[in-house]
Amino acid sequence: MNTVNPREFVAASDVRLMEANSPSCAVLDVPASEPLRLDCGRLLAPFRVAYTTCGELNADKSNAILIAHALTMDQYVASRHPVTGKPGWWEPMVGPGKPIDTDRFFVVCANILGGCMGSTGPASINPQTGRPWGLDFPVITIGDMVDAQVRLIDHLGIGELFSVIGGSMGGMQVLEWAARHKERVFSAMPIATAAWHSSQNIAFHEVGRQAVMADPEWAQGRYLELGKDPRNGLAVARMAAHITYLSEEALHNKFGRNLQDRATKTFSFNADFQVESYLRHQGSTFVDRFDANSYLYITRAMDYFDLAAEYGDVLANAFKGTKTRFCVVSFTSDWLYPTRESREIVQALNAVAANVSFVEVESDKGHDAFLLDEPELFATVRGFLNAAADKRGLAPARGTH
Amino acid sequence: MLAPATAAKARVDHLMIAEMVAAGSRVLDVGCGDGALLQLLADTKNVDGRGIEVSRERVNACVARGLSVIQGDADRDLVDYPDGAFDYAILSLTIQATRQPKAVLEQLLRIGRSAIVSFPNFGHWQVRAKLAFTGRMPVTENLPDAWYVSPNAHLCTIKDFANLCRLVEARVERSVAFNAWGRRLGTWVPLTMHNLLGEKAVFMLTRKPAL
Repeated sequence: MNTVNPREFVAASDVRLMEANSPSCAVLDVPASEPLRLDCGRLLAPFRVAYTTCGELNADKSNAILIAHALTMDQYVASRHPVTGKPGWWEPMVGPGKPIDTDRFFVVCANILGGCMGSTGPASINPQTGRPWGLDFPVITIGDMVDAQVRLIDHLGIGELFSVIGGSMGGMQVLEWAARHKERVFSAMPIATAAWHSSQNIAFHEVGRQAVMADPEWAQGRYLELGKDPRNGLAVARMAAHITYLSEEALHNKFGRNLQDRATKTFSFNADFQVESYLRHQGSTFVDRFDANSYLYITRAMDYFDLAAEYGDVLANAFKGTKTRFCVVSFTSDWLYPTRESREIVQALNAVAANVSFVEVESDKGHDAFLLDEPELFATVRGFLNAAADKRGLAPARGTH
Repeated sequence: MLAPATAAKARVDHLMIAEMVAAGSRVLDVGCGDGALLQLLADTKNVDGRGIEVSRERVNACVARGLSVIQGDADRDLVDYPDGAFDYAILSLTIQATRQPKAVLEQLLRIGRSAIVSFPNFGHWQVRAKLAFTGRMPVTENLPDAWYVSPNAHLCTIKDFANLCRLVEARVERSVAFNAWGRRLGTWVPLTMHNLLGEKAVFMLTRKPAL
């Protein structure tokens, strides 16, 4: 018998708001007595971490993998998204018999601090005022996101994570975990990422933020309590950002100069070209599931990320004494986090004689390649994890696939 | 499906290196290719092994097989490693393909407490005979490529390599040469004969202690 989901009768943006404050997944509520000391100096408490898990934690809790998500992803890594209804964002990678095999590993994925899918962020209700945090929310860092995840891992009773894996901003969290919590990370896979956010990447983020803030509906960040919605600004931010996730070659192959549902140019500012129509679609679907202030805060956290700066401007110092097994992955056509930046991470790891693998995957799909069907990436993840699991003495996968 | 690495018959220089390496040691294989030596050392000596390989395809295949390998270049990337990071820094049939063999050898001696180098001997009688009688660059089983496609930029003889060892002030702990049938030449055979009959050689070196 089909059950009626009341969320189906409300607009997508309303579902979005419901998910921000009462997510349809597991949560950890950290009480006011256990505040998170943020890098900006402020204390945050109480706060919530919304998360999903798949697979089974083994008896000695040694098979847990934490997946750290990217800027606009969330904890629905391998399960249906409650707002869009789409499959998990990394389903080709995570599941039974997949490269991150949930028949062997216990996978945890938490919505980041500052996110808008249930973990505490600017769209959450500030318990002190009863209103959404908005711009009163403290500016957070990648390190703060990791410290919030540490609370969750403690809560789950996991001492050492078998692996921490993530792409893009998720990769920054992986690096921060490996630096701040060396003894709790057996293996680490930073994918399509960098140890600091480049000037060019900060520049793109600033364009996105300015687009959001230029939308009158943003209302100095108070749109939620005023019943407004800066859809246009956020959509433009997403459109600009989306271009950076692709490559010129990928755009050319996908769209060329093809016109959208018309034979000739209309001599107007309609979406004549397929690529325009595609970007508009990307923008409008994004705003249905994402909070504009969250976008400001998370992009800021990425801009502030500079792991070397936290360790006396020498990246190698961040990894001194590490016993973690690393596998760094980059993609040839990724111009947002080019291979050069992954190589800097590898050089720093070599400087402390860490156990590191480094794979550059050939792909024309740009930065987004890490989310897509890339057999070389799958083979790398599978091979690296299984070899590390054998070293760790983990039991082989249950069942056969 | 990834095929197991041990299918192919191990190379004689690999077996020799595996004999030289102590069990459970830390090893860096520079120019590790398809990872056959790293796999052999992991299987027979339980080493903590790392590799550097210039070919992206080979690196990816190694990592997919569970080996710790990075995409990199002996000439460029060895400077990143700290002194004495490994028990053994190995260069198997790779030194002749580097741009700066002397600098690479010095790096190996710095990174590893021991360096192990194997190389094809350009002084082997067949090579000498081909050059002498045909007047053209020798193409042999060991040196299969024509000069214009060969990756080998700096070929040397056993005597040349022994000379380089003196030049970089390395102590030769062991040196072994193999004839064309993969048989080890006796240690009583003089260097000149090794240089004539040896098709490949394996040297184990250490830094001379600073005075």
